[in-house]
Amino acid sequence: MKPENTAKIEFLSRSANEGFARSAAACFAAQLDPTLEELGDIKTAVSEAVTNAIVHGYPTELGRISLRLRTFPEHVLEITVQDWGVGIPDIQKAREPMFTTGGEERSGMGFTIMESFMDTVKVRSRPGRGTTVTMRKRISIRTGGRP
Amino acid sequence: MSIICRTEGGRSCWKLTGEIDHHRARSLAHELEAEIDARLPGELELDFSGVTFMDSSGIALILRASRRMGEIGGSLKLTHVPPQAARILKIAGIHRRVEME
Repeated sequence: MKPENTAKIEFLSRSANEGFARSAAACFAAQLDPTLEELGDIKTAVSEAVTNAIVHGYPTELGRISLRLRTFPEHVLEITVQDWGVGIPDIQKAREPMFTTGGEERSGMGFTIMESFMDTVKVRSRPGRGTTVTMRKRISIRTGGRP
Repeated sequence: MSIICRTEGGRSCWKLTGEIDHHRARSLAHELEAEIDARLPGELELDFSGVTFMDSSGIALILRASRRMGEIGGSLKLTHVPPQAARILKIAGIHRRVEME
């Protein structure tokens, strides 16, 4: 299906860009008139995916991270976070709740939260080549104004 | 983005403000642990009323604070947790491990 609108941002894997990425995604999503709760869901999911790319994709060096935002008919928002870092050897294991290789600073809940806050989460990864996380969420359509 | 702290007797109250993400969590965790070690409170309240955003970095932060409070024989309580942060804590099961008001 052809997207109705597209935006793409690329930034360095510096942790200061986590806030930038989630704010940019929220600004793009605003065109779909999301509720505050939906905006919170989008910001949280982007924050988790971008943090994963920074912490796990590029553990020892800075690298590129791409954030692609697309809208599709029926108020569907698609968010793709891509890195060209070390990749994930076992995606199934990485998606398990509480599993982390990030030490006590990480909770291992990133993928679980993405799955809870978005409708679909797809992860593609190849060791040494990088990781792409694609998430979709249908934004509710309100006809009678905001609740 | 600052922590505002109030201590009375053996009870400490910390007001967290701004956004809690991976970028900020490391320094926040160090500040919290240093203050716990310095004051050794019997009860620590983390007041989330000023938190505008939190991701899973907040889970790790709370678990670290909880562990440290347990080590000194104290208790941890979370108050005024906004809905977005509360959903994250619920998914992680934090509400079963740490008192929330």
